[in-house]
This record gives sequence, C-alpha cells and structure tokens, in this order.
Amino acid sequence: MLIASIIALAVGTYAMRLGGVVLRERLELADSVQRLLPMAAVALLAALAGTATLMAGAGFAGLARPAGVLVGALLAGRRLPFVAVVVAAAATTALLRLAGVR
Amino acid sequence: MRTLQRTLVRDAVAIAAAMVAVGGSFGAISVGYGLPVWVPFAMSTLVFAGGAQFLAVGLLAAGNPIAAVLAGLLLNARHLPFGLAVAGALGPRRRDRIIGSHLMTDEVVAFTLAEPDPAARRRTYWLIGLTLFTSWNLGTALGVLLGGATGDPDTFGLDAAFPAGVIALILPSLRDRPTRLVALTGAAAAVLLTPVLPAGLPVLCGLVGLLTLLRARRPSATAEPPGTAPQKIKETEGSC
Repeated sequence: MLIASIIALAVGTYAMRLGGVVLRERLELADSVQRLLPMAAVALLAALAGTATLMAGAGFAGLARPAGVLVGALLAGRRLPFVAVVVAAAATTALLRLAGVR
Repeated sequence: MRTLQRTLVRDAVAIAAAMVAVGGSFGAISVGYGLPVWVPFAMSTLVFAGGAQFLAVGLLAAGNPIAAVLAGLLLNARHLPFGLAVAGALGPRRRDRIIGSHLMTDEVVAFTLAEPDPAARRRTYWLIGLTLFTSWNLGTALGVLLGGATGDPDTFGLDAAFPAGVIALILPSLRDRPTRLVALTGAAAAVLLTPVLPAGLPVLCGLVGLLTLLRARRPSATAEPPGTAPQKIKETEGSC
C-alpha cells in the first residue's frame, strides 16, 4: 500500500508537470491567453509565498518568520542580489527565534 | 553575459545549500515517523516536490495513504499551469520535455520566469532544476543517515528563506501593474482561505487573482493598454 501510494503520487505529479508542457505546445492559444500564462504562474507563486510567510498549518505562523521575509522583501526591493535576500531573511528569523520571539 | 552566468551559479549554490538542509529535515522526519528507509528516497527521486512530500509522509505515517495521495496531488496541481507558463524553456526535443518536466518545481519556475532573455531561459531552467534535484536528494540521504542530528531547519530560519527567495524572483514582474494586482489578490485569497480549506487548495485559489483582469480589461477591450502586453507576449513566443 505504501509503495502504491508513492507511485500514484509520483505518476500523478509527473502527469501534471508534463501535461502543462505538452498542452502548451498542442494548443493554439490566442495572444490574450498567452499573456495570462506567466501571470497565472506569478499568481500561484505569490500565493505560495504568502501562505508560506504567514501560515503554519491552518494557523498564523508567528512573528519571527514574517519578520524575516519582510526584511528579505525590502532588500529585494532595493535590488540586492538573490543570495543576500535569502540569507538576510533566514538570519533575521533565526536571530529573532534565538531571542525568544516565536 | 559572463557575469549573468556567474550570478546564476551563485544563486544556484545558495538554493542548493538550503535544499540540502530542508531535504535533510525531510529524510529525518520520514524515518522519525517510523516509515521504512526507502520511503524518503523513493519520494525525493520519484515525486520530487518538497511541500507534497512533507504532507504525504505525515499522512502515510498516520496510516492514511489515500489522503496522502489526494492531498499531495492537490498541492501539486499547480504544476499544470506552471508547465503551461514555462514550456518554452525546456527545449525543443522530446527528450528535453520528458526529463525536464520532472525537474519542474516552484523555484525552477520562479527563476525561469525571472529571466527576461528567452535564450537564457533554457539554461536557467536546467541549471536550477538539476541543482535542486541533486541537492534535494543529497539532503534526503543525509537526513536519513544522520536522523535528528541535522537539526530543525526552522532554527536557522530556513522557513523564511523560501518565501523571501520567491518574492525576490517575482518582484520584477510585479512592476507591471496588472500583474501586481493579480499576484497580490491571489496571495491574499490564498492566505485568507488557508484556515478553512484543505491543504493544497488555498494556493490553487491564488488563480482567482486573474479575475482582477476582467475588470481592468473591459474599458480597453478593443485595444490592449500600451506597454503591458507586447513585451510579455514576445517573451513567451521567443522561447518556443
């Protein structure tokens, strides 16, 4: 049962990955629809970032994580390199937790 | 061009380091749940989707395999629109699509969309994809071997690194006003719906952000507002 469920998850996930790629090539999409595709992807990424920043399970993630992400986002807004953004976000959160902030 | 490449490699190294740590925590958690040792390996190679893997091992360990599959698939359904958006970056050959599709993750999509030059997109997709696959599996192996000794990645603030990295990558596209409205509405919807919907569904609800375009487009239904559409379309077409 364990192996069957892992294979089902793997096959289903791969099917969705490949499905999008193949559909994009098979379908004749109007320009207006083509314009929506990167926007849809950005919306999903923003939704992921939003939930990953603020939520833990069904509840609020606490203060340390959103504070770290906020620092990272501010640095990203000032066009600092990706590495600096990610390290600053993690360091801020880690230090806040060290200081006892949840 | 050379500096561009170097920046990309540096970003890839940074993200690989984070992936080793989070993959380590996945490996350790899986064996900590009492699941067989091959489970985390099978998942990290065959499923290769971090969020779904964490969700699924928890449900598998709780003796709920059907829920594990359904929740994991729901969470991974976003890869279909992702595939539609980045298809052109994988490469022209059949083999590129078959192998490349498996490497598709949030980070790969974010890096690829952040690359404005269609010619460089393919290199970005594959470099980030292969780096993530390698580091995620390396981390999984370390986690299984070392168990809890790898420590909790939250201690190092790594849970803040993922959203911050994604924000950094999508920020340039948010300078486009309609895209910003779509993204912020989508993010707000996902966050607000998280307490009430099962895992995986809230992120998909981020797509409702696209509805903001309906209102924006109506006044200019005949002519697209200048400066927004043309560059986006060129990017997608050029990469095919």
